[in-house]
Order: sequence, then C-alpha cells, then structure tokens
Amino acid sequence: MIAAHLPILQIILPLLAAPICVLIRPQKFVWPFVLIVSWATLGLAAMMLNQVLLSGPISYALGGWEAPWGIEYRVDLLNAFVILLVALIGAVVLTYAPESVKREIDGDRQPYFYAAFLLCLTGLLGICITGDAFNVFVFLEISSLSTYGLISLGRDRRALTAAYNYLILGTIGATFILIGIGLMYMMTGTLNMADLASRLQGVNHTRTIQVAFAFLSVGLTLKLALFPLHIWLPNAYTYAPSVVTAFIAATATKVSVYVFLRFVFTIFGADFAFGTMHIDYLLLPLALAGIFVASAVAIYQSNLKRLLAYSSVAQIGYIMLGISFGTITGLTAGIVHLFNHALMKGALFLAVGSIFLRINSVQLDDLSGLGKRLPVTSFAFVLAGLGLIGVPLTVGFISKWYLLLAAIEAGWWPVAVLVLISSLMALVYIWRFVETAYFRPVPDDAPPVSEAPLLMQIPMWLLIALAIGLGVQTSLTAGIAQRAALWLLAGAP
Amino acid sequence: MSPTTAIIAACLLPLCGAPLIALLGRRENLRDAVTVLIAVATFATVCTLVPAVTAGARPSVHLIEIFPNLALVFQVEPLGMLFALVASGLWIATSIYAFGYMRGHHEENQTRFFFFFAVAISAALGAAFSGNMLTLFFCYEVLTLSTYPLVTHHRSEEAKAAGRIYMGILLSTSIGFLLLAMIATYHIAGTLAFVPGGILTGRASEWIIGVLLLLYAFGTGKAALMPFHRWLPSAMVAPTPVSALLHAVAVVKTGVFTIVKIVVYIFGIDLLAETGAGTYLTYVACITILGGSLIAMTKDNLKARLAYSTISQLSYIVLGAALANNWGIIGASMHIAMHAFGKITLFFCAGAIMVALHKTEISDMKGIGRQMPFTMGAFLIASLSIIGLPPLGGAWSKWYLVLAGLEAEHYIAVGTLLLSSLLNIAYLMPVAVNAFFYPAPEGSHGRQEAPLACVLPLLFTALGSLILFFYPGPLLDLCRQIGR
Amino acid sequence: MSQILGLYNYWIVILLMMAGFYNVIARGNLIKKLIGLNIFQTSVFLLYISMGKVEGGTAPIVAEGMATYSNPLPHVLILTAIVVGIATTSVGLSLVIRIREAYDTIEEDEIQQLDEGP
Repeated sequence: MIAAHLPILQIILPLLAAPICVLIRPQKFVWPFVLIVSWATLGLAAMMLNQVLLSGPISYALGGWEAPWGIEYRVDLLNAFVILLVALIGAVVLTYAPESVKREIDGDRQPYFYAAFLLCLTGLLGICITGDAFNVFVFLEISSLSTYGLISLGRDRRALTAAYNYLILGTIGATFILIGIGLMYMMTGTLNMADLASRLQGVNHTRTIQVAFAFLSVGLTLKLALFPLHIWLPNAYTYAPSVVTAFIAATATKVSVYVFLRFVFTIFGADFAFGTMHIDYLLLPLALAGIFVASAVAIYQSNLKRLLAYSSVAQIGYIMLGISFGTITGLTAGIVHLFNHALMKGALFLAVGSIFLRINSVQLDDLSGLGKRLPVTSFAFVLAGLGLIGVPLTVGFISKWYLLLAAIEAGWWPVAVLVLISSLMALVYIWRFVETAYFRPVPDDAPPVSEAPLLMQIPMWLLIALAIGLGVQTSLTAGIAQRAALWLLAGAP
Repeated sequence: MSPTTAIIAACLLPLCGAPLIALLGRRENLRDAVTVLIAVATFATVCTLVPAVTAGARPSVHLIEIFPNLALVFQVEPLGMLFALVASGLWIATSIYAFGYMRGHHEENQTRFFFFFAVAISAALGAAFSGNMLTLFFCYEVLTLSTYPLVTHHRSEEAKAAGRIYMGILLSTSIGFLLLAMIATYHIAGTLAFVPGGILTGRASEWIIGVLLLLYAFGTGKAALMPFHRWLPSAMVAPTPVSALLHAVAVVKTGVFTIVKIVVYIFGIDLLAETGAGTYLTYVACITILGGSLIAMTKDNLKARLAYSTISQLSYIVLGAALANNWGIIGASMHIAMHAFGKITLFFCAGAIMVALHKTEISDMKGIGRQMPFTMGAFLIASLSIIGLPPLGGAWSKWYLVLAGLEAEHYIAVGTLLLSSLLNIAYLMPVAVNAFFYPAPEGSHGRQEAPLACVLPLLFTALGSLILFFYPGPLLDLCRQIGR
Repeated sequence: MSQILGLYNYWIVILLMMAGFYNVIARGNLIKKLIGLNIFQTSVFLLYISMGKVEGGTAPIVAEGMATYSNPLPHVLILTAIVVGIATTSVGLSLVIRIREAYDTIEEDEIQQLDEGP
C-alpha cells in the first residue's frame, strides 16, 4: 500500500502537516510534530530511492488519470537522489532548529515559521518529483512564496527588503518559465515531460521552440542564481534567519539546477541545447565569471553569512561549469557537486547559526578568538570550509576532481587552470575565518560563552561527517551521479 | 604481525595515539611517556616490514575505491621503506628532545603540540607507504594541514604571517600544479598506480612529458625548489622540535620523496633518460642548490641559515632524481636518510643552544663550545656529514650523486655538487669552529648544557651519521632495489 | 499586414509584457513595482488564454450543432496561474506594509539611504 503510493505520500505528508502546525495547541508540541513529519519524509525519500535502485523508474498517475492527460509523478535515479538530498537537509535542519528559532523568531510567529518551512519543503520536493511541466511551475511558486515569507522573518529589517527583492526577481524568473512552458505547449499540445520530449523532436527547428528554450533558460538561471542573475541571493541569505539560510542555501538553488538539467537534457535534449542553441557558449563564460567575481567579492566581506552567500554564487558557477561541458564527466561533476555543495554549505550555515546563537553576531570582527570561545563550532566550520576549498578526503575534492577531469578531457586546459586558481580564492576567504578565530585574541570584555546545545551540534556534525565520509566512500554520490549523467545524455525521458 | 597489518598499524598508531595524547593532556609526565611509547611502537612496527621488503616482497593493502580504477592503496617498496624508517626512527629521538625543549623553553599548549605532531607523523608514514599517486597526494595534504597548527604554534603576528606563507605556498602549489598534473596523468594513462618503469611510456609526447615533470616538481612545494622555497624559512618561527623533525625530516623529505617516487614509478627513469625531459629539472635543481647555499651564507640567525641549507640540500635529491640513472636514484634516496640525520642534529643543536643560552644569532655564539661541548661537538660532526666528508654518512650520498652526474655526462651538475660542497664548508664550519676557538663569552660560568633530554637525542643522531658511514650496507641494499 | 493584424493578440501580449517589465525595473515605489509585476503576469495569462482559442470554436460543452470547441486546458492552467499571481501579490503587499512599518517609507532610494545611513 505505502510502496505503491510513495510518490504522492512524499508530497502530501508535509503539505497536510503545514496547516496542522498552525492549529496545534499548546505551541510547544509544534516542533516535535514537525520533526516527526520531516524524518518521515526523509524515510519515504529513502524508500523511494531504494525502490528506484532496485526496480527502475517509478511512474505514478495522480488521481488515476493516465499520462499524458493527467499529471504524472515520475521518479528516476536523478530526482530520487535530489529528493533524498532535500528531505535529508530538511530533516537535519529541522532537528537543529528549535533553539535557533527561539532566538531569532518571536514566539507567536514560530508555528507560522514551521508551517512555511514545511510548505517550502513540499514545494521543493514537488518540483523534483513531478513529471509535468506546468506542475513544476506551481510547485516552484509554492516553494518560492514560502521562502519569501521565511526570509522576511529575519530580525534585521533589511530582511524585509531582501525578501521583497527576491519576490520581484523570483516572480519574473517564474513567469519566464511559465512563458517557456506555454510556448512549448502551443507547439506540442502536451505538458507531460516524456510526451514533450518526444513531440519536440518534430518541431524544435521552429522559432517558437527556440524562444521557449531561451525563456526557460533565463528563468531557471535566475532561480538558480547563475552570475549575473544572482543579485537577489546575497541579501536573502544574509538577512534570513540562520535556519532558513541553511535550508535554502543547501536546497533551493540545487533544485533549480535539477529543473534546468531536466528541461535541457531530458525535454529539449542535449543535441538541441548544445548543437542548435549552443547553450555552452553562454553557460561556460558566465559560470567562470561567476566563480571569479563571486569568490573575489567573498574575500572582502566582513559578514560571515554574506561571505558564504557569495561563496554559494561561486559554487553554483562550478556546478554550471560542469554542466556546460555537456559531457558525461562534466555532468557527473555538476551533479556530484550539487550534492556535495549542499552538504558543505548546509554544515557551514548551521555552524554560523550556532555562532550567532552564542555570540549574537556574525561580523568577522566580533569573532576574534572564537577558536578559544567556541572550539567545537569553530573546528566544525573549519572542517566544512576545507571541503569548500577542495582539500582531499572531503567531498569538495571529489567534485573538483571530476570537474578538472572533464575540462582536461574536453581539451580545455585553460579552464582547468582557472578552476584551480579559483580554489585558492576559496582558501583565502576560509582562511580569513581561521585567522580571525585562532589568531586574534579573545576580546577582554567578551563574556564567557558555552557551546551550542547538543541538539544543534549533532545535526551539524552529521552533515560534516557526510561531507567527509562521502569524500572517501564515493560510490554512492559519484556512482549515482555518473549513472544519472549517462542516462541524461542518452536522451531518454 | 603480517605485513599488511603492519602497514595499517604503522599508519594508524600515531593517528590513534593522538587523541590519547590529547586526553592525557593534564598529566604531563604520563602524556610524554605515552608519546615515546607510541613512537617506539611505531618504529618497531615499521621495522618488522624490513626483512620482507629487502627480500623482494611488496606487501600492499587495498582500501576503498575513490575514483574508477583509483583506490586508496598502500604498498611498501624499498624507497618508501627507507623513508618510513627514517621518519619513524627520528620521531623517537624528536619526542624525547621535544620534552626537554618544550619544558626547558616553557612553551604553552604542549598537548596541542604533541597531538598535531603525532598526526603529522601518521601522514608522513602514510605518504611513505602510498601505493599510488592519489594516496600519496591525500597524505601530502593531510601533512600540510596538520603541520599548520605546529608552524603557527605561538599564535603571534609573526606566526600568522609565516602561516600564511606556509599554507599559501604549499596548498597553492599542490592544488595548482600537482593536482593538475595528476589529473592529466590519470587522463593520459587511466591510472595513477606506482609501477616500476612508469605508466607513461609510449602514451605521451616528449613535450607533454617535459611539462608534466615540471608540474609535478613545482607542484611538490614541500621539495622547496626555487622559486617556491619561501615557506621553509618562514616555517622556522615554529618551536625547534618542529623545525627539526618536520622541516628537516618529515615535511621536506615527503616533498623530495614524492619527486623521486614520481620519477621512478610514474615516469620511469628510462623514459626520462630517453626523452631528456629531466634536463630542465636538473637546471632548476642546480640553481636551487647554489642559490640556497649562497643565501644561507648571508643569514646570521642560526635557524634561518639551516633552513636555507635545507633548501639547498633538498635539491641534491631532486638533482639525483632528475639525472635519471641508477646512480642518481641511489644517491638521491641515500641522501634522504643521510641529510635527515645530519640536519636533525643541527636543528637539535640550535634548539639546545636556545634553551641553554637563549642565543639565536650566530655572531653571538663565539666560544660557546666551552659552555656546551657535547652540543657543539655534535654540531661539528653533523656539519661534516652535511658537507659530505668521510667518515660521515653524507659522504656516501654525495659520492653516488657525483657518479650519477658523470654517468649522465652532465658536467654542470657535477660542478654544482662540488662547488656547493665548498659553500657548505663556508657557511657551516665557521659556526662550529668559532664556538671552539674563541674563549668562552664573559660572564659564563663553566658548563651550561641544555637539559639531558635535549642533549641525548642530538648525540644519538650525530652518532647515527657516523654509523651510517661505516655500515651503509642495509641502506644500500634497499636503495639498490628501488624501481625493480 | 496579416503578420501584424492576424497575430494582434501576440502584439497586445508583448506590449503589456514590456509595459509591466518597464514598471518593475524603472519605478522606485515598491507598490508601483508590484503593479508592474502584475501587468507583466497578466500578459502571460493572456498569452495562454488566447492560444487556447480555436477559430469558430465555442466553449467546450457538448451541445447540438457544435463541432469545434476551444481548448479548455490553457484556461484551466491559467486559473492556477492567476491564483499564484494573487498569492504573490498579497505576499508582496504584506511585505510592503512591513517595510513601511520598519522604514516609514516605500521609496526604494530612501530605504537604501536609511540602510546605508549612519
């Protein structure tokens, strides 16, 4: 029974739980309830991945209406894995949340916070799971709208303007996607992805489809914050509550990357995207520019969250760089980095949340001597930061290895060299934290502080353990990424 | 103990010992005793591997596969055996020395010091036993990261600046060049295994081989080839035991060991000799040898002078590898051991002088031989070994290196070696000679040796240099087998 | 000529889209921006609705004497999109209210000044 309806349960569970959050009395039961829901969602995701690994893609007709008329939920290796990632980050972040939320969000708003969080989770999971192009737009808006709300909960008033700006840009991006989907529908008369893929073959020489492709690409690169369409990201990450930042930094942009892969490779097909439209001519320079500009900006930030936000823009550059090669190794690099970066950035932002909880600031200047004041959290930050640099025995190294291999395979030595140089820029901005935390003395007037509670430490260390463990045991991430890449390039829907 | 268990045990003993050391932090005596015990146990474990390896066995351990056809592999071959013996053996001496020094010098945070020290040794042993380039690279980077807290032990502005240079050069060369070269090799050869005779033969053009060799050589920043040598003198802000073990043995030797290993097992000396790809590397090595010696002469700070001397001596090993013939490889690998014994003694002496007399500048050291006869005696012996005079170990390695230069008909290399020996005399001998031939400084009162824990290890290592001259047999046996 | 007149629905869509887009970019007033965003979205709704129309077709209700029906699916889709649009607008407007509470202004340049201020 459960096994047959896994795909819909995955969505329904957090969706229905969201309004219940607001109703639960007394409020102290909200978090335990949300916690159970989020871990159950993770369990479902794991079962679904297991099922896909055992018996191939799952197709689920919503309400019994067969595709292409009804909405189809389709789970294959790629999205099963993205779903697992999103559910994992969701569960881990929610486990971490209560102390941090109590600190950063007013008491009476907390149930709404958890409700919005679950809605956001629903939206992100829905984007991944659906096999219907229009449905992607709907779920995209569910997740985006709840994200705007979540960001605006930040204590700083700049959170409001950040949320507003994200709303404007996010809506423009989503509307572009809607236009693209509409134009595709106009030419093919279908919205089912598999159906679209086969019907587009006949009409993809038309101007309409090419315009649709352009609208979709621009809309999606806006949502996934590819340079120079990243301007909404730094403020949103900086002023959102720590928990929200950790969650959206690890998942929202990644899910948009997934949609990009889905549209470009399975619906339009690599031949069309790379052969006819030459999307690589655009992606490659933008990705490289993003890596360099954002890393350079990150080096000069004085706010730790903003520093990491710019680093995210740079890391998205790596993911898109891998994708822009359009080869199996390149795609493997992109997909693997999508997972790996989510783990590392999640861990880093959780560490930042713990720092904020105790020190009440994330300005680098206020973190002098942090290595003495919060040794465990500082060490966690450094470990996750090493992954970002791409030091061996962390997941960052695995990503970088595949990315470089892809560049060299394609014969693009200069690109390989540029990627290496950019890792050194990551070294510089991570080292700014190291030097602040370990080399500056503890200020004399600093009150004594204790480490963040265990409930926050455990989720953070879980992500770090994954970020290191999966850097050694690569068969899970890189193995699946490679299979997904092979299968994306084969063009099968 | 079976060889495979021994490999794992040797790498893990110091690593697992590190948390133990950290736990015992409060009880200094117990902590120090445990450190020595772990060091001895590690050395003993490494020793159990020697008979098998000398007899031609190549025990190996396959761990997890990281990339397709590329796993974490440990395999013991003669060169790694030699390096592991040197590193683990000298760790014992250094541990004992470190207690005397750290306490005599009233250093803070000693537990953190011993903790990272143990991790660093573990990484060095891992590098020694690496069965492919990826494993070696992993250990290389762990070594860099674990020595960073040691180099910046004092947490001063000076230490911070030195740490920047240290991390900056070592990480940027290894990520910028070494990783690139590795991935290119993996792309060309499909593997990164260490295979006698190399894995690149017939797979790449001369031009690519030349570029790769330079990428590897400069990428191995720990070998301190000019112009990437700045980190070594900077790292001297560290406490002296760190300079002694890490910057005379573990870190720098991991660098040159990596280069020799790459030359022998990735390229193969035949390939290098045929294509002449090593030529440019020999010039770089020659420049570094002479440049290092010349700069050493201008330094008045004893540790700085020794640091530049190390830079120069390391390039002997690179030169031996770049000459690409059997004599060169034997000379290079012997020099890893010989220089280790000589240089560690010199650093020990520098530290002992600092502890006993609080002197760091050479110009202040006139006549101290009368206050510290044992220390300065050892200093003299070690200097002679570095210069390469019989009856000291350094003579053998230089002998083979010169032979290699003659065989390769590379007279610039031969000339450099001879000229450099003269320069060695010029910058090392005055220290020892002035110490003995000047009267004791005013206000001194008789013997003022450093604590026994400092003096014993340096006498032991100085004696080691002497013994290695008379009994180079086992060492030579190992060296002869390299690449077979 | 037929290119212009025959496809007049698209020209309207494009006109509205550009007008809305211009408002979003050029206006400094947060409410006006939202209105621009709404016009922008509406143009897309029109695009969908007009493309479902089949010439001579009627509403898709089976009735005597009717052979051609317009495609109802785009209309249904756009119903969803309209709901989404309303949700976006309301979230946007509530954000503007809170911005006004926090800054006492809804002009973008003034907000920027207040943030960078002393």
